[in-house]
Amino acid sequence: MSLSLDDVKRIALLARIAIDEQEEQQVLGELRSIFGLIEEMQAVDTAGVEPMSHAQDVVQRLRPDNVTEGDQRQLYQSIAPQVEDGLYLVPRVIE
Amino acid sequence: MIHAGLRELSQALRARKISSVELTRQFLERIQRLNPAVNAFITLDAERSLEQARTADQLLTAGTQHPLAGIPLAHKDIFCTKGWPTTCASRMLSGFIAPYDAHVIEQLQSRGAVVLGKTNMDEFAMGSSSETSYFGPVRNPWDLVAVPGGSSGGSAAAVAARMAPAATGTDTGGSIRQPAAMCGICGLKPTYGVVSRFGMIAFASSLDQGGPMARSAEDLALLLDAMAGFDARDSTSLERPREEYGRDLDRPLSGLRIGLPAEYFTAGLNADVAHAVEAAIQVYRNLGCSVVEVSLPNTRLSVPAYYVLAPAEASSNLARYDGVRYGYRATGYADLGDMYMKTRAEGFGWEVKRRILLGTYVLSHGYYDAYYLKAQKIRRLIGRDFAQAFERCDLIMGPVSPTVAFDVGAKSGDPVQMYLSDIYTIGVNLAGLPGMSIPCGFGAGGRPVGLQVIGNYFQEARMLNAAHQYQRATDWHLRAPAGLD
Repeated sequence: MSLSLDDVKRIALLARIAIDEQEEQQVLGELRSIFGLIEEMQAVDTAGVEPMSHAQDVVQRLRPDNVTEGDQRQLYQSIAPQVEDGLYLVPRVIE
Repeated sequence: MIHAGLRELSQALRARKISSVELTRQFLERIQRLNPAVNAFITLDAERSLEQARTADQLLTAGTQHPLAGIPLAHKDIFCTKGWPTTCASRMLSGFIAPYDAHVIEQLQSRGAVVLGKTNMDEFAMGSSSETSYFGPVRNPWDLVAVPGGSSGGSAAAVAARMAPAATGTDTGGSIRQPAAMCGICGLKPTYGVVSRFGMIAFASSLDQGGPMARSAEDLALLLDAMAGFDARDSTSLERPREEYGRDLDRPLSGLRIGLPAEYFTAGLNADVAHAVEAAIQVYRNLGCSVVEVSLPNTRLSVPAYYVLAPAEASSNLARYDGVRYGYRATGYADLGDMYMKTRAEGFGWEVKRRILLGTYVLSHGYYDAYYLKAQKIRRLIGRDFAQAFERCDLIMGPVSPTVAFDVGAKSGDPVQMYLSDIYTIGVNLAGLPGMSIPCGFGAGGRPVGLQVIGNYFQEARMLNAAHQYQRATDWHLRAPAGLD
């Protein structure tokens, strides 16, 4: 596999992280060397192996449909970058 | 009192020989003196700590029997602590005051433990050296030019320097065990699901697990008793009967079968570390244990599998930092998209950005099967390796890290070298097993070496038993760094 500069630009956009040209080059070099390590996986035959996401074979718990959280809007908004009248403010998205 | 273990502190507190306020003050004074050189703490709030200590003193006067009542503890700054800044060592969360307590914090506070401060770490727990912190690198109390390990390096350094009697940490790929080893203290990562992740800022959710860091196995047991337990707010928390983790501490070890994985003692292991670990195994032989060689054939693959799975989960978990609801927001931006891009560019450090980008790539269209799914299959193979090894032994032992602590700056420019140093710890996280590190001697430069003890699922009490018996026979865990006072 060979990661390209276009791949780097694309994933930076997907990840919503602004990076400049010099940083793109740095990311490209570093990710290429990390992929050198990651590609070692491809040599292993994993045909028929079940993927593992959790060590214990647990099932998703369900809970009764009860109200467990009180209203904490004021508390939670007290740590927001910008709020007004109980609303989170962001730049205008609809003209 | 600063060299006393938790049991001794607890007895003194309950006998009212010392008050929690006095004890907390002693540690705060020591932190004030030593922290400028070590940088183990990000946040201190003496008033708040002392207020908690006064409340604990009332509990103690009223006759509480809980062993943690009045004990000051340092918390990794990854645990949300109500009313305290909780930053995960990131600019992204600088100024974030947690609106609630993590389950671990609740559990410890409900038993009367005091919050001594919040400890430094690698940013968002991504690192093996505690150098990626927005608040500057942590230094190793044994040698200030060395790193303390990471990511729970502030907690490890605080305990090693006797700035705190014990601390909390988290371990995604070795972040409790490796700094414990490099700082000459004890640390335990429980079986995945034993300690609730609620309020513990997420890095890689299928691997993250909180655990105690302290000076002895006995102290770890006391802390784990309080930290473990079912919590419905963590969907992966396991519903199990409450355990007393110190129940087997005094059990003799005769007949215990110790497995040494051949793959942990190959050319990659430095001779000084190998020497200390082998000497520790000899102590276990003298205590009546038998030693067998076992094999974990996929050990080498644990690093690549981990560096797919952990960044993939991180890229998803860290998508929440958008500058809207909490945390940092960039100051100048053209529109909403630009606000996200600049906020995340300015708020995250380089290691975090690199891992988010790596994770985004392996999850992106067309690559999921080749990387994420492949890594999950290799994860299964690694889990099977451990299952097979545990058919032949009760505990697995080996090194924690191939080297003693390296110098600050020595590996920070080479991510692959840094990642490879996690080779002996990552498998445990991938398999979801419990693992611990206990001090077992010193290597190059007089820097500490840790012995890793790995148990089968839910064998924490057995691991603590083995560690405690070793600590009765040796005194490595009682050594403290000189030259700090």
